[in-house]
Amino acid sequence: MFLILELLTQVTWSPYIAGAGIGILVCLAFLLSNRPIGCSSGYVKAGGLIEKSISPVHVERQEYYREIVPEVDWAFMLIPGIVIGAFIASMLSGQFQFIIVPATWSATFGNTPVLRIIVAILGGVFLGFGARWAGGCTSGHGISGSIQLSLASMISAACFFAGGIAMAMFLFHVIGGA
Amino acid sequence: MGALFTGIHKDRGLQVILGLLFGIMFGFLLQKGGVTSYDVIIAQLLLTNFTVMKVMLSAVIVGMIGLALLKHFGYAQPHPASGTIGSNVIGGLIFGFGFSLLGYCPGTVAGAVGTGAIDALIGGVVGILAGIIIFVRVYPKIRGGILMKGPLPAVTVQEFLRLNMWLTIVIMEAVMIGFLLLLEYIGY
Repeated sequence: MFLILELLTQVTWSPYIAGAGIGILVCLAFLLSNRPIGCSSGYVKAGGLIEKSISPVHVERQEYYREIVPEVDWAFMLIPGIVIGAFIASMLSGQFQFIIVPATWSATFGNTPVLRIIVAILGGVFLGFGARWAGGCTSGHGISGSIQLSLASMISAACFFAGGIAMAMFLFHVIGGA
Repeated sequence: MGALFTGIHKDRGLQVILGLLFGIMFGFLLQKGGVTSYDVIIAQLLLTNFTVMKVMLSAVIVGMIGLALLKHFGYAQPHPASGTIGSNVIGGLIFGFGFSLLGYCPGTVAGAVGTGAIDALIGGVVGILAGIIIFVRVYPKIRGGILMKGPLPAVTVQEFLRLNMWLTIVIMEAVMIGFLLLLEYIGY
């Protein structure tokens, strides 16, 4: 009992243990829900529901919303679940903290919130757009797709990192000059 | 496949609750693994810290064997999708640019929101939703075009290598475990 409590309140676990847990979780998702764990389709549903609340007719006309129907289902609920799970984990270990500008960012680009938020929004746009263009994200392709030995998923994951490493080097070493 | 599980799969109300529970466990593990932190993700993309790779590869190492066993005993059915260069490579690179501009991905950004990261909420989540709303408009124009360009030669790795599934898994596991051992050996 004491051991479990100690484990739950630890600041971080070994990345191998946390990763192994995620691997087991993906297997359970196939067993109980007959689907992979993938996050980006939940955002499509959320985006569609937001658009629906403004103009329902418009949403019905969009081809993409006929393929990924905006509704509160498994994929949608995954996202608030992640927020809650990470909240619980960070509260248990005393790691919860409101921050606007992360340390690595402020060391290179200063601690102006406006600049950080503008670049974060821009990054988010690329991320949402690219995830749907590629048909999945780090969890859906990178983890769940690779677990299924999907060639398309492994190629996607390699490109996530190729693009990510290239842009990170450009941002921090060329623009930031660090 | 067991009738019990088929029944569970078809129970829409139960699946909504399961989605939330899977999310909670996933978010918990992401935070404990350290990957809901901007600093950890950017350090991975700058190749100075390999926590993200360690978490992802450990998940794949365990999950690949687990899912193959579930399939073998008839408890689960993988459904890998086919892909194209136009979709997976181009989309993957666009995603990658966003990955390092934001410093989170769609799953870890939600986890970061839960740990109190304001940039993840008013930057990341808002941006992702905007990106998706734009994609929905672009989709009809690219659906039959660039997304279909350059079909991949196979759906699964074993089809691509023309090997038996279990032999493919043994090779993949050896490569992934070897990579993690190498990282530890050279001091990452």
